Amino acid sequence: MRPLTEEETRVMFEKIAKYIGENLQLLVDRPDGTYCFRLHNDRVYYVSEKILKLAANISGDKLVSLGTCFGKFTKTHKFRLHITALDYLAPYAKYKVWIKPGAEQSFLYGNHVLKSGLGRITENTSQYQGVVVYSMADIPLHPKGGKVSLNTH
Amino acid sequence: MEGQNVEELLAKAERDEAEKLQRITVHKELELEFDLGNLLALDRNPPTGLRHAGPTQEAELRALARDNTQLLINQLWQLPTERVEEALVARLPEPTTRLPREKPVPRPRPLTRWQQFARLKGIRPKKKTNLVWDEVSGQWRRRWGYQRARDDTKEWLIEVPGNADPMEDQFAKRIQAKKERVAKNELNRLRNLARAHKIQLPSATGMHPTGHQSKEELGRAMQVARVSTASVGRFQERLPKEKAPRGSGKKRKFQPLFGDFAAEKKSQLEMLRVMNSKKPQMDVTRATNKQMREEDQEEAAKRRKMSQKGKRKGGRQGPGSKRKGGPPSQGGKRKGGLGGKMNSAPPALGGRRKGGQHHGGKRRK
Repeated sequence: MRPLTEEETRVMFEKIAKYIGENLQLLVDRPDGTYCFRLHNDRVYYVSEKILKLAANISGDKLVSLGTCFGKFTKTHKFRLHITALDYLAPYAKYKVWIKPGAEQSFLYGNHVLKSGLGRITENTSQYQGVVVYSMADIPLHPKGGKVSLNTH
Repeated sequence: MEGQNVEELLAKAERDEAEKLQRITVHKELELEFDLGNLLALDRNPPTGLRHAGPTQEAELRALARDNTQLLINQLWQLPTERVEEALVARLPEPTTRLPREKPVPRPRPLTRWQQFARLKGIRPKKKTNLVWDEVSGQWRRRWGYQRARDDTKEWLIEVPGNADPMEDQFAKRIQAKKERVAKNELNRLRNLARAHKIQLPSATGMHPTGHQSKEELGRAMQVARVSTASVGRFQERLPKEKAPRGSGKKRKFQPLFGDFAAEKKSQLEMLRVMNSKKPQMDVTRATNKQMREEDQEEAAKRRKMSQKGKRKGGRQGPGSKRKGGPPSQGGKRKGGLGGKMNSAPPALGGRRKGGQHHGGKRRK
């Protein structure tokens, strides 16, 4: 377990900033505690200082996970966000897409969302923008792999 | 009325006296054992009142402590006293209780090389006197140490031996020899220490004196030997079945796990600010490389012009030699890439290219 290097932090921030933009500094600098990013076995964990101090007592090969896993660095040092980060990204998302109940299941099983399935969308969303998908009940969703591509703009 | 008051007062005084006495004397079934040297009082009376299960009886414990302390103080008052700077002080006897060791017993150290040798040969230390008679100064001097009896570095007249170089400084020679002896002694002392504490000595070649080395040590020594060539091992072929060593690169250094959280946060916020600022940040490396490239091109153009002029004018030496020397100003600019200070003459004379390669560390990244 170790802190991220400058390079790794930059790559990770760039990826996360695609979804939440400047709100990322609210994740870094929180009023209710010191939270930090730590790397363990190529995975990035977002963990509070208290939990980190406890986790330091566990040897590296026995430690499975700590805090929340945000994502992992691939072999070629690219950052891949994981579904476990959704809880932290959803409240700060800049561009949101709401899908109708009918299209929800289809999305969750990995299919693309068609324009007919689109319920609401934040205005000024540009093409190829990173968005967070919600159901009509404002629950953030994550498929096992699907793209949201807007053909309107 | 007054008589009654007086009587009452007297009775009260008597009662107070009795109470005080009672306080001083304490009744115990078994006498306490005292070790006044350690200010210790040992009470072997069974604590009947404290055996009740339940909350600890503070009052009873306090009373017990008070009684025992009173007895100890009584004993102290019986010791012989003396006056030390206006204070009455009791002289304590020698402590009788033997306290246990604070630290564990020290383990036996390994013998030094001399001790091993002496043991082997059966050499026992000869008893020597500390003082020796010194003829030169006419007094008893130490055998060794400060102002010793026969200090050969302190002689004022040294005869040059027959086979020695007459120009050699004999005094300096003796001082040098002494320094070497001291250094050798120090080295041996440290070696003995290292052997005692089982610390590994840094070895220059990586080879062990006795030849019993582990696989990793041999591998490391081999790697060091391979890299100790003029070209730092670049043109060193490997043996047919030799494998490249693992983990011989520079070890990466990471920030500590619990570093300064505030500093980490600050650097991350700074990075975010830069990312969000939407202005392209100047990449210093690329800017300097660009500058240097432009200068190179300018110089190349100038040289071409000079050589053409020279050819036309029949190969005059003037412009040619100037080329070798090189304009020092450009050598200087090369360093900072941003019009920094001028270098002194030697780097420019050494060859423009060479100077550039040494100073411009970040060139052409």
